[in-house]
Amino acid sequence: MKMAQKRNLKKIIESLSPNERKLLPYLEEKNIVDLCKKSNLNRVAVLRSLKYLKKKKIIELGFRKRKVIELGVNGALYKRKGLPERRLLNLLSHQKIISLEDAEKIGKLSRDELKASIGVLKRRGLIEIKNRKIILNASMEEVSKKSPEEIFLESLPLDYDSLTPEKQSLLKELQRRKNLVQLREIKEMEFSVTELGKQIMKEGIKAENLVEQITPEVIKSSLKGKKFRRYDVQSPVPKIYGGKRHFVNQAIEYAKEIWTEMGFKEVSGDFIVSSFWNFDALYTPQDHPARELQDTFFIGKNSELPNRKIVKAVKEAHENGVRGSKGWGYSWNENSAKKLLLRTHTTCLSSQTLAKLRLKDLPAKFFAIGKCFRNETVDWCHGFEFNQTEGIVVDMNANFRHLLGYLKQFAQKMGYKKVRFRPAYFPYTEPSLEGDVWDEEKGQWVELLAAGIFRPEVTIPLLGREIPVLAWGPGFDRMIMKMFGIKDLRQLYKNDFGQLKKIKPLLK
Amino acid sequence: MATITVSKKLFEKEIGKLTEEMKTKIAMLGLTVEKETQDELLLEVFPNRPDMLSYHGFKRAFLSFLGKSPGIKKYRVHKPEKGYKVTIDSSVRNIRPYTVCAIIKGLKLDSEKIREIIEIQEKLHSTLGRRRKKLAIGIYPLDKIKLPITFKAMEPDKIRFIPLGSQREMSGLEILQKHPTGKEYAHLLAGKIKFPVFIDGNKNVLSMPPIINSQLTGKVEEDTREVFIECSGFDLEIQKKCLNILVTTLAEMGGKIYQMEIKGIKEQTPDLSTEKMKISLKNVNKLLGLNLSERRMAILLERMGYNYKRGKVEIPPWRTDIMHEVDLIEDIAIAYGYENFNPEIPKISTIGERDVKEKLKSRFAEILVGLNLLEVSNYHLTRKQDQITKMELSKKEQDELVEVEDSKTDYTLLRKDLSHYILKNFSENIDEEYPQRIFEIGKVFKISGEKILEKDHLCVGISPGNFTEIKQILEYIADSLGLELKYSEPEDAPQYFVEGRVARIELIREQRSKNRKSEKIRSAKLIGFAGEIHPRILKNWKIKMPVALLEISLEEVYKKFC
Repeated sequence: MKMAQKRNLKKIIESLSPNERKLLPYLEEKNIVDLCKKSNLNRVAVLRSLKYLKKKKIIELGFRKRKVIELGVNGALYKRKGLPERRLLNLLSHQKIISLEDAEKIGKLSRDELKASIGVLKRRGLIEIKNRKIILNASMEEVSKKSPEEIFLESLPLDYDSLTPEKQSLLKELQRRKNLVQLREIKEMEFSVTELGKQIMKEGIKAENLVEQITPEVIKSSLKGKKFRRYDVQSPVPKIYGGKRHFVNQAIEYAKEIWTEMGFKEVSGDFIVSSFWNFDALYTPQDHPARELQDTFFIGKNSELPNRKIVKAVKEAHENGVRGSKGWGYSWNENSAKKLLLRTHTTCLSSQTLAKLRLKDLPAKFFAIGKCFRNETVDWCHGFEFNQTEGIVVDMNANFRHLLGYLKQFAQKMGYKKVRFRPAYFPYTEPSLEGDVWDEEKGQWVELLAAGIFRPEVTIPLLGREIPVLAWGPGFDRMIMKMFGIKDLRQLYKNDFGQLKKIKPLLK
Repeated sequence: MATITVSKKLFEKEIGKLTEEMKTKIAMLGLTVEKETQDELLLEVFPNRPDMLSYHGFKRAFLSFLGKSPGIKKYRVHKPEKGYKVTIDSSVRNIRPYTVCAIIKGLKLDSEKIREIIEIQEKLHSTLGRRRKKLAIGIYPLDKIKLPITFKAMEPDKIRFIPLGSQREMSGLEILQKHPTGKEYAHLLAGKIKFPVFIDGNKNVLSMPPIINSQLTGKVEEDTREVFIECSGFDLEIQKKCLNILVTTLAEMGGKIYQMEIKGIKEQTPDLSTEKMKISLKNVNKLLGLNLSERRMAILLERMGYNYKRGKVEIPPWRTDIMHEVDLIEDIAIAYGYENFNPEIPKISTIGERDVKEKLKSRFAEILVGLNLLEVSNYHLTRKQDQITKMELSKKEQDELVEVEDSKTDYTLLRKDLSHYILKNFSENIDEEYPQRIFEIGKVFKISGEKILEKDHLCVGISPGNFTEIKQILEYIADSLGLELKYSEPEDAPQYFVEGRVARIELIREQRSKNRKSEKIRSAKLIGFAGEIHPRILKNWKIKMPVALLEISLEEVYKKFC
């Protein structure tokens, strides 16, 4: 038992930091100020070490409330200039008699100050008032003697509890004068040595052979008989953060991985495209509301159109339709197709990809993830920039069930367990669908996956023949928000360093 | 998106109990329940189905979908009675060339139905009508007007009538200038010398389409039994369909449809005859991945309101969206039920592959993360005060900026550099812990002649940071990527750097000479600048810590890898 105790004591001693060791001999001191002085440590170091000593059960820590009397705003001012009564006395010590007006003017006293000074000095019998004149009624010795008030103020700050009854009544007197003194309650740390602490103090510490930091010198030196100071492995350490990809890009990387694993080839392209690729090649009529300024960002410049063959085929599809189709039945305008805009969907990458595709490369699967733009104001669920993930499957045998298959697979890899499909409408797909996923939190279906099979009016002009093309272009920001538990879309673009540093990396 | 309001009470009385299952059915027909209150459902209708833009139109489609009344609904159309005539005067030819009209009798209206009539009119205006640009509808109580009707164009100050919602008579021009509805749609008649009007047998103006009806003749009320309907515009085919939607909806409310003689297009409208379209069972099964029998396909088509007979589908005259067989195939899929399809991933072999540049950007980012840098991701659109004012851009640089038209926010420019956004990030994080070390890889835009250049840039900012530190980072990137860089004192450095503390960065490329293969040609290309940001600029951003920054174009760098 005794041995075990001794070992324990030794262990504790070995775990004392240099500062704690410095404090140890002085733990019988009454307050922190003395502790600082004796140990030659600053206040912060002392307070921190006391906390560690408490953890080691060497001391007990507590707090004591006490009231302190300090100089008030005016008190501080008078400390520099002297109390008004002192200034009046000084004036009288030169002139002996002075009129009230002169006292105010020459003495630079306010009316209130003068009134208070006269009151005080009269009570002490140092002056008399006759015919609106102040007359000095005391010897120079009496004049130069410090008043109890002055002595009291000079002795501040004082502990309220330590005041004698006389001083307490003096304080009451001074409190009547505006902002001269103030009472403040302060919390002070109190400490007392425990039994264990006393034992350790008695034991004494020999620190010569205790190694602190392991330094190159330590390694070089002889290790014989040396001990390593024990650390508290449980105590918290300051946090650090590493460099990190932006969480939006982490999510995008993850989705790109999913698509490539599923055999899709990535495509990328410009953000500024012609209306032709963004709308016309996707069979969106030229009077469609999406093509108006209030929905789409136009640049005010025109681009060249692609080769005549494609342009002619697209024009024909709009005006009279392709084989088996009636078309929109309006006069298609080339200039409207030339207008440059900020892409409103990544589907413009799919139309460009199809136009370049060689039939001998079928079946082919492509994907893209990227920024798209729409002329919107910004709130928690809208913005003028958003990410979209695009996919197409070009395959002679592709069908609607395959479309559902790909989407379901993607949704599941993104962590959505329950998916349902329902009809939807887009000008360039038929059949079209919207995939909803079940939101556990809200207990409802949430719209997530816009998709369809490209219309023949899209595929025939671009591919030269009717081949089913499965296509989808779900917005991606909602999925990012879900992945990181973000409720407000604006958080995605806020670049708050604290958030970027602290957000958990995607471990999928 | 267009929505309709459906009374739950009416729904339960006329369609069925509004269970969760029923709501799923509504979704499976292609309508979304946008909102549900105590008494009403707000349903979103997709733009390809304007025939469902009223409760009665929705009911017709939905009952059919539920199998309660499959096939094309037939409506009796009465021939024109005496005087049921509308003349299209040649004066409207270049202004608003067509109108189609009808008369409905035997209506029994209540406030609910009047609300529905107004609603369908508004919804058709904004969808099919493209906000009245393509077509506009007028509905008038027949007892207030005298047949026959003339559709003609008149000089604006000769047109005089009391517009709906006004107290006094106004001229055509006054209406566009003073009446709230007139002001809203004035742009549709802008530049026209004459305005179109409908005039009745008493020479009273009924309306001035597509703007407004007359207060005296243009208001349907609860005691209205008979109405005159017109639909004027520029696309006769769509107008006819629109009229069909209207008259059949009113017939659903209990009205009887009467045709009118339209002089000028030599037709009697409305025309509810049906069109036929061929359908191939093989195509249906191939596109949907199903194995339907012809009988089953016919049943599914009837559920969507069509009739089917021997390879041909009869299309309801109010459907505007059937252009191609695929439109019918989609409806077959809807009737089959999207929930009943069995998703499948086909066993076809394709190779997954990343885009080279996208992959490189990702690798570059990883290198920078290794330097303990935090990646930021900013908007591509930016504000003038951030890009121009705070960065103190020169006039010449401002000329290169790309501006978007009519932005709804103050983000009106495309960013020309990443640097100003990196400084913005610093300025918005001055209370965060230092040192701050960040980077971004992304697109920047500028005008060059007639072209707009779109380039990938890389920008790194460190705060506090100095020239040595930012150059160290650049050197590390260059070493990692195997790039040879050349530094020089620039004369063309952006003015936001401190002069004498900014380096011009050139990328050295070595290429084999085209003529003599053994010979190597070295060329240097400017890719960017690195240096310390001028305290003047830091003050503009209210940044209190020194910032060192580098920004380089990646386009030249890509060439080494692609």
